[in-house]
Amino acid sequence: MFRNRLWQFAIMMLVFSLGLVACASTAEEAPELVGGFEIPTVEEGSFNVAMVLIGPHDDGGWSQAHFEGLEFVEANIDNVHTAFIENVPEGADSEQIFRSLSRKGFDLIFGTSFGYMDPMETVADEFPDTMYIHISGIKSNTTNFGNLFGAMENMKYLAGMLAGARAQMDGNPKLGYMATFPIPEELRLGNAIALGMRRTCPECTMDIRWINTWHDPILEKEAAASLFDAGAQVVFTGADTPAVADVAQEKGKWGVTYDWDGSCKIDACLTAPYWVWGPVYEGITQGVIDGTYQPGWDYFDADTGALGLYGFMEGETLQPGVAELPAEVIAEVRGLIAATLAGSFTRFDVFSGPIYDNQGNLIVPAGAALEQVDLDAFPEFDLGCEYCMKWWAEGITAELP
Amino acid sequence: MDPIIILQAGVASGTVLLFATIGELFAERSGVMNLGVEGMMLIGAMSAFSVAIATSNPWLGVLVAMLVAGLLSQVHAVITIQFQADQVVSGLALTFLGTGLSLVFGEGLSAAGAVSLLPSYTIPGLSVLPILGPILFTNQNILVYLGFLTIPLTWYYINRTRQGMHLRAVGEFPAAADALGINVARLRYIYVFVGGLFAGLSGAAISLAISPGWFSQLTTSGQGWIAIGLVIFAQWNPIRAAVGSYAFGALRRLIFDIQGPTKILGLRNPFFYNSYLGFFLQMLPFAFTIIVLVIGSREAMRKRIGAPAALGLPYIRGERGL
Repeated sequence: MFRNRLWQFAIMMLVFSLGLVACASTAEEAPELVGGFEIPTVEEGSFNVAMVLIGPHDDGGWSQAHFEGLEFVEANIDNVHTAFIENVPEGADSEQIFRSLSRKGFDLIFGTSFGYMDPMETVADEFPDTMYIHISGIKSNTTNFGNLFGAMENMKYLAGMLAGARAQMDGNPKLGYMATFPIPEELRLGNAIALGMRRTCPECTMDIRWINTWHDPILEKEAAASLFDAGAQVVFTGADTPAVADVAQEKGKWGVTYDWDGSCKIDACLTAPYWVWGPVYEGITQGVIDGTYQPGWDYFDADTGALGLYGFMEGETLQPGVAELPAEVIAEVRGLIAATLAGSFTRFDVFSGPIYDNQGNLIVPAGAALEQVDLDAFPEFDLGCEYCMKWWAEGITAELP
Repeated sequence: MDPIIILQAGVASGTVLLFATIGELFAERSGVMNLGVEGMMLIGAMSAFSVAIATSNPWLGVLVAMLVAGLLSQVHAVITIQFQADQVVSGLALTFLGTGLSLVFGEGLSAAGAVSLLPSYTIPGLSVLPILGPILFTNQNILVYLGFLTIPLTWYYINRTRQGMHLRAVGEFPAAADALGINVARLRYIYVFVGGLFAGLSGAAISLAISPGWFSQLTTSGQGWIAIGLVIFAQWNPIRAAVGSYAFGALRRLIFDIQGPTKILGLRNPFFYNSYLGFFLQMLPFAFTIIVLVIGSREAMRKRIGAPAALGLPYIRGERGL
């Protein structure tokens, strides 16, 4: 009886799978699967651009901003074919993805998460004819592996000013910052927020929660709730989704989202420092097609138009929580935005001395400013930074390992 | 770091684990191990969310989620009860099936926007109790209260009713149950279905109540597996299952709150000074699950911790043994 049944089942499965095979063979050639990811194909005769995303392309934040940049490239350059793979974890999994994309024949590959850095470096060595652009890292070569990022610290600084003013006005001078990983980028952006916060609200402090992930909407909500329950009036996110604003809405407080101009729609969102990747990606793609793009350490400022602060850019209106702020704060922020977009207030003005860390040490003396390598490096990276980015600014109630 | 807030949040997020664990407990008590909990939760979370969007009725979402997950569980039931295939293999396959289906049908759902969610209530009277009031009865979702009721009802059903006795008999000694005229296969189908209903409810609790939204695999992020570990840890007892679920729920929140203070009970707080230690706490539930599953898969140990004797074994009428 048992055997009979098993045979019945086996035969059923066999017939079923033969049917599947028959169906599949009439359709197109099966797509290549690598680690459960479908590798897209290139279009013959076009310039093929691929993008690897850490979250879904519609995550409402980081990945969505990059995805829209890719769409911009496809729409604005003739004869370009684009493709993307989403939800790719950092590390070894991503190396296989980058290798498969290269093998398929993509000419230009964007990797948009910090942890793709080492895999991309490895694969770039293997495929010298493919151009790799890595977003937010600290490594590059001069032939086919470029590093790209922008001065988001300017926008975070201004958002910090708004948040500090808001917390002061609400009579609860406490901010929160939900940080992802202890890497220079997260410390740089957190310090920029704290410096801005102290400019409008000298008595304000900022609490930190590390979440050890870039993209986990549920964890992001729990960490935001933790900061609000610990007393924060405004919470910033360094992660990919707008979860922080949703929690702020529930708690009757304020959130500052990040990455994408569509992330700051609800009233509890004060503002969002955001990226506009389209023109940057268009420039790089055109440069690679023309053979003029020089890969390396490419760090753009706000005068490229690639950075924004939601509510303050052309065609946007202030969020209700910002519109209520004292007029002189708004005027000051507007003035600084104008200077930032004009290129006269840069990341080095944000990080100009005197800057004290939260232990009371003078990090940058008056008259001096951090240099590019300081923004990007810990002392142990051996990149030759003088001040480096391994400190928390005054007002941050946390310590570094 | 306020222990009351941590426990309050823990009871809320632990409710998700509680439903999944209770469901798996029913299935395992009948002798069928279903490792597909994660897949059933995902398809439940996805169906609940999409039905709530389409109809603006979250309760309809919960109902559909339970039915869809229940239906999916029947795939496992047919394979393991009808065709007597290996329960571990079939359960794993069910996870892939459920995950895949929910990702395909959930495509684009994450950007769907505002949805009507299940309400939260504060219970008058009970909420003013010291300590317990704020933890259990203040501003909790209605599903959290449903969870409170589920625990004693499940215990009573399994241990004090005739149907519960039949359930235990089928899981402990199906041949004897069969001889008494109990339809073993039918009962196993039913309780695998009950397991599916609860897993669907658990998924709906995520997407419509506790952490609203649809975030593909990250919606459940492995909680289905923790539920399977919890069933073994609870030694198939719903009350212990509840304690474990709420404790893991509280751990999820503790990971963040513990980073706040410089000192805990007068001692230097290492989590304040070293952010990398958070990784360790995040790992704990999964390390626990692995350890418990290893223990639970050893024959000698299973007897000692009181596993249903026929757990994992197909029942073939007329064959010797269980």
